[in-house]
Amino acid sequence: MTFEQVVFFFLAAVALFSAVMMIFQRSPVNSALFLILNLFCLGGLYLTLSAQFIAMVQVLVYAGAIMVLFLFVIMLLNLGDDKHLREHLGVRTYFGIGFSIALVVELLYIFGLRSPAGAAQQSPSAAEMGTVEYVGKVLFTKFLFPFEVTSLLLLAAIVGVVILAKKKLIE
Amino acid sequence: MIPLNYYLLLSAFLFCVGVLGVLIRRNAIIVFMCIELMLNSVNLTLIAFSSFLGDPTGQMLVFFVMTVAAAEAAVGLAIIIALFRTKRSVNIDEINILKW
Repeated sequence: MTFEQVVFFFLAAVALFSAVMMIFQRSPVNSALFLILNLFCLGGLYLTLSAQFIAMVQVLVYAGAIMVLFLFVIMLLNLGDDKHLREHLGVRTYFGIGFSIALVVELLYIFGLRSPAGAAQQSPSAAEMGTVEYVGKVLFTKFLFPFEVTSLLLLAAIVGVVILAKKKLIE
Repeated sequence: MIPLNYYLLLSAFLFCVGVLGVLIRRNAIIVFMCIELMLNSVNLTLIAFSSFLGDPTGQMLVFFVMTVAAAEAAVGLAIIIALFRTKRSVNIDEINILKW
C-alpha cells in the first residue's frame, strides 16, 4: 500500500465510524463532537484531492463556526440526556433502516458495479486548482454574479434569524 | 493513486448514514446535524469530480453549498429555539401543529 492509500483508507474509516457513532449517540453533545471529527476527516480528504483552500474553509466554517453554533444551542436549551426523548423501536425505525439499506444497495450497484473503473488518475491541472489564487480568480470572474447573490442570501438569513430568535415571537 | 470510485462510494455511504439518521432519530437537533452530514457528503462528490476532471466548477459549487449550509444552520437553529420556547421540547413527534 502506498502512503496515499494508507491516508485515504484511514480518513475514510474514521469518517464512516464517526458518522455512524453520531446517529447512535444518545446525548446531542456527543453527536456534535462526532460530527466535528467527521468534518475534520472530510477536510483531510479534500487535501488528498488537492483542494487545499476548500479544506481550510471546511475546517474554519464547518468545524469552527457552524458546529460552535450547534453546541451553543444545545447548551442554551440544556438538552442533556433527555428522558422523554428516548428512542423506541417502532414501524418508522424499521422503515427507515430498510430504506437506507435499499439506498446503499442502489448506490453500490451504480458506483461499484455498473460504472467502469472511472477516472483512475487525478487531472494534472488539479494540483494548481486548489490554491487561493486560482480559486479567487475563477470566483471573481466566471462566478461573480452567484457570488454577489450569496450576499443577499446571507442578509436574508441574518434578518430571519434575528426575527425568529426574538423573545416575543407570539404576543 | 486512489480511483474516483472510492471517493464516490465513501460519499454514498456517508449520505446513507445521514438519511438513516434523519429517518430514525427524534431529536430535532440531531436530525439537523444529519442534514449537515448529507450536505458534506455531496461536497465530497463535487470536489472529487472537480479534481479528477480538472474543472474548477465543482469547487465553486462547494463554496455556494457551504454558504447555503451556514445560512440554513443559523435559520434552522433559530427555528428550533423558537419551537422550544413554545413547546418546551425538541421531539419531532410532538411538533405537529402544521399537520392538517
